[in-house]
Amino acid sequence: MKKRSNAPFFWLLFGAGGVLSALLGSALVLITGLATPLGLGLHSDFMSYPRMLAFSQNFIGKGFVFVVIALFAWHAAHRIFHSLHDVGIPHGTPSKIMCYGSALVMTLVAAFSLLRIGFY
Amino acid sequence: MKSQIDVKTVRRPYVRPMAGWWKGNAFFVRYMVREATAVAVWIYALVLTVGVLRLGQGEAAWNGWLDAMKSPLSLSLHLVLLVSMVVHTYSWFEIMPKTMAPMVINGERLSAERIQRTGWSVAAVAFVVTLLLAVWSQA
Repeated sequence: MKKRSNAPFFWLLFGAGGVLSALLGSALVLITGLATPLGLGLHSDFMSYPRMLAFSQNFIGKGFVFVVIALFAWHAAHRIFHSLHDVGIPHGTPSKIMCYGSALVMTLVAAFSLLRIGFY
Repeated sequence: MKSQIDVKTVRRPYVRPMAGWWKGNAFFVRYMVREATAVAVWIYALVLTVGVLRLGQGEAAWNGWLDAMKSPLSLSLHLVLLVSMVVHTYSWFEIMPKTMAPMVINGERLSAERIQRTGWSVAAVAFVVTLLLAVWSQA
């Protein structure tokens, strides 16, 4: 029997991550990276420890954080892997491990940390 | 027969250079800019991953991450990330008519403009709603 391609699986993660980052990426970067640190429109304790802990202990909050990190990472890894060809780096096992490996590490670190934070 | 290995070749076959091949054509410049937004998405995923890791390590670690987010380096990085994310959103829906399967409504194929405008509108609404949710969550 012919070995089935795993391409659709990676493509699905790429597509889902692409849509999610297109819809939420700008707002999230603005909130976590600019508005909160600068206290622009949001209190500077918007991301204080008690608030973020409660958010990550909540079932929905935890799922949201995990899905954002994992899908953003797999989307980026897939897209960067296929763009390497355009900058003269041929496809191969090393570039595949670097790209998809980075997404896998981010996914596992996020999952491990979120489980460690626990449920409330 | 003489071994081929001993013969020093004088052939210098032309290898078309890869560097900057896309720079001379506006279409390919747009393509490369579009693909480069993936780097921003990757970096932001990494920033969040480190954040969640620090959150799991306790209050002191988390506050260290928050302080790092206030550094000029982080603020300028996030300004670049924000611009890249906007470019990603714009281009993602700009090329959507070519990346999604054709959609037929009432016997007519959904036009490219309709698909693009719908995507950009949904993205704008998602942007505003996310910011409003953040503001309201403080009350």
